[in-house]
Amino acid sequence: MYRYDEFDREFVAARVAQFRDQVARRISGELSEDNFKPLRLHNGVYLQLHAYMLRVAVPYGTLNSSQMRMLAHIARKYDRDYGHFTTRQNIQFNWPKLADIPNILEDLATVEMHAIQTSGNCIRNVTADHFAGAASDEVADPRPYAEILRQWSTIHPEFLHLPRKFKIAVIGSSNDRAAMQFHDIGLEVRKNDAGELGLRVFVGGGLGRTPMVGKLIRDWLPEEDMLSYCEAILRVYNLYGRRDNKYKARIKILVHETGLEELKKDIEAEFDRIRDSVLKLPEDDVEAIRAYFAPPDFATLPAEDSGLKQAKLDDRSFARWVDQNVSEHAQSGYGIVTVALKDTGEAPGDATSAQMDVLADLGQDYSHDELRVSHEQNVILPHVKLSDLPVVYQALTEAGMASPNAGLITDIIACPGLDYCALATARSIPVAQELSQRFADLDRQNEIGELKLKISGCINACGHHHVGHIGILGVDKRGEEMYQVTLGGSADEQAAVGEIVGRGFSSDEIGNAVETIVNTYLTKRLADDETFLDAYRRLGALPFKEALYPAKEAA
Amino acid sequence: MSNLKNPISITANNLLDGEAVWLGSNGHWVKSVDSARAFFTEEERKIAEHAAARADAENLVVEPYEIEVKMEEGAPVPLKFRERIRAQGPTIRLDLGKQADIQSQAAAA
Repeated sequence: MYRYDEFDREFVAARVAQFRDQVARRISGELSEDNFKPLRLHNGVYLQLHAYMLRVAVPYGTLNSSQMRMLAHIARKYDRDYGHFTTRQNIQFNWPKLADIPNILEDLATVEMHAIQTSGNCIRNVTADHFAGAASDEVADPRPYAEILRQWSTIHPEFLHLPRKFKIAVIGSSNDRAAMQFHDIGLEVRKNDAGELGLRVFVGGGLGRTPMVGKLIRDWLPEEDMLSYCEAILRVYNLYGRRDNKYKARIKILVHETGLEELKKDIEAEFDRIRDSVLKLPEDDVEAIRAYFAPPDFATLPAEDSGLKQAKLDDRSFARWVDQNVSEHAQSGYGIVTVALKDTGEAPGDATSAQMDVLADLGQDYSHDELRVSHEQNVILPHVKLSDLPVVYQALTEAGMASPNAGLITDIIACPGLDYCALATARSIPVAQELSQRFADLDRQNEIGELKLKISGCINACGHHHVGHIGILGVDKRGEEMYQVTLGGSADEQAAVGEIVGRGFSSDEIGNAVETIVNTYLTKRLADDETFLDAYRRLGALPFKEALYPAKEAA
Repeated sequence: MSNLKNPISITANNLLDGEAVWLGSNGHWVKSVDSARAFFTEEERKIAEHAAARADAENLVVEPYEIEVKMEEGAPVPLKFRERIRAQGPTIRLDLGKQADIQSQAAAA
C-alpha cells in the first residue's frame, strides 16, 4: 500500500490546522456561512437534512486495518456508531458536530487519511477496481496509476475551480468492475504486443440527469504520458466547459455538444505541446510508486484446499457463501472475499463501528492487512488463503456480515436518499430494504442469478440506477414518492444506459413491479444460465412492459 | 392583513452541531417543530424573515428557509414529506434524529 512521504504528512497536517482555524473563525462569527461554505466543502463537510455530513476519502478504495479501525473509532467517538460506505468507494459519517470535525480530521491524519476534495468542483477521489492487485484477469494493478493521479490532482492549482466536479476511474483488466466508462475520464491499463504498459482512455462518461457512456478518445496512450494527457483533457474542459448552467457543466456535455472529434483535436494539440514537459512520468518514479503496491508475501499453496472442500461439504450455508462471495485470485491457494454489507433488511453500505472493527481484525489476520471498499457498497478482503475461509466466514457470521448474496438481486446499491440527503426527492433505503426482504430466499436468489439492482433517490444518480440491470429512480410527484423503473443498464465493459419502461410506481407498488419484472425474466429466459441482462438484450423491453402495464395492452 | 395560502414556519440548522431547528416564539430557535411558531400573514412573514436573517447574521443558525405547514392541535406540521422527515429523523432508523429524543423522553417518563 502507498505510505505517506514527508510531503504528504506535512501537507495533510497543515490542511487540518488550516481547517481548524477556519472552523474557529466560523464559530466566532468572523466568517459568514457564504465565506465558509466553499472552505468546508473542499474538506468534505456537507450540511444535510438532519445534520452535517463528513465524507472521508478512501483513495482507490484501498484501506489497511489501522485505517478501518480508525473509521470505527470515529463512528464511535464522534458519530452515531456507524458509517455509510458510498458508491464512490468513500465513507460518510452522518451526524458529526462542526466543532468536532477538526479533531476527526486530525485523527484521520494519524492513519494517513483525509477528506480533501471529496466535494466541490475539483478532481474527486480517484476510484479503481476493488479487486486490484488480486484479480486473476488483471493485466496490471491499476492502483499505482490511481495514486500518481491522486498526487497530481490534489490541490492542483489549475483544477480546483472547474466548471463542475470531475471523476476519474482506473481499471487494470478488460473486465470492468469499476464502472469506468461512466466517469469523466476512464482509464484501462493494457499491454501492447511489445509487452509495454499503456492506457486506453475514455472521456465524457457519467450518470446524473444526463447519463452518457464514455467515448474512446485514445486506444493506446504510453504510460509515461498519462498525466500529460489527463492535464490536456482537464485544460480543454476547464477552458470550454460550460459555467452558465450547472446541469450542463460536466465534461460529458462538452463532449456531446462539441463532438468527440472536434474536442479531440484541441486535446491532442495541447497534449503535443506539453507531452515532453514536466508531467512526463520518469520510469524510476513509476517504479517507485509501483513498489508500494507490490504483491504481499504470498505462500506457495496448491490451487485446491482439501480442508475447504470438506468444510463446504459439512456446511451448506458456508458452501453457498464461498460459491457466491469468493472470487478467483491471481495467486494459487488464495481467494478474494466480498463482504456484502447487505444483510436482509439492512441499509446497503452501512456498517457499525463493531462491524468495522471485525473487518479490520480480519484484514489484519487473514488478508495481508488489506481491505477494499467497492463502489457496490461492499467491503473486500482481497487476499485470503482458501484454508482460512471457514474461520473468516465464522467471524463474519457472528458480526452479521456473511450474506451470501454478492452479485445477486439483494446485493443492492442504494444512495442515502430522502432519509438523509438534502438533495433527494424520494427515499431509496426503504425500497432497498423491502426488496431485500421480498427476495430474501436464497434458493430463489440463486435461481434468478446475477442481477444488479440499483436505486437512486434523485436524478443525480448516486445510486447508479441508470446502470442497474433493474434501475429504480425515486421522484417526487405532487408530494408523493414515485419510482421510475429502467431496465437493461450495465456498468461493466459492455456499458449501457437503461431504458425507462413506462410510468412510475408508488412506494406500495414498486415491490410488486420488480417481482413482475423478475418473473417475466424467469418465464422468458432460454436457459438457467441466460442472465437477466442477456435475456433483456435478446428480448428488448416489450415483454416486460406488457407484464408491467397489462391494462394498456388490453386497451 | 393578507393571509398566506398556507401558514409557514422557519427552519434552519444549528451552526455548532448542525441539528435541525425551527424558529419559535420570541426569536428563540427550538429543537422540535411542535414548538415552532407558525406565521399566517404577509406581515408576519416579514417578521419571520427578519428574525431568520438576524439569526443567520449572528451565526446562531445556518441556511434558514421557510416551510409550509398546517396546524394540527395547535402545533405546526410540515406539509412536505421532506420536511416531515427532517422534523422526525430517518424513517429507517427510529433510534436517530428527533424521534429518538421523543422516544427516550417517553421511556424516561
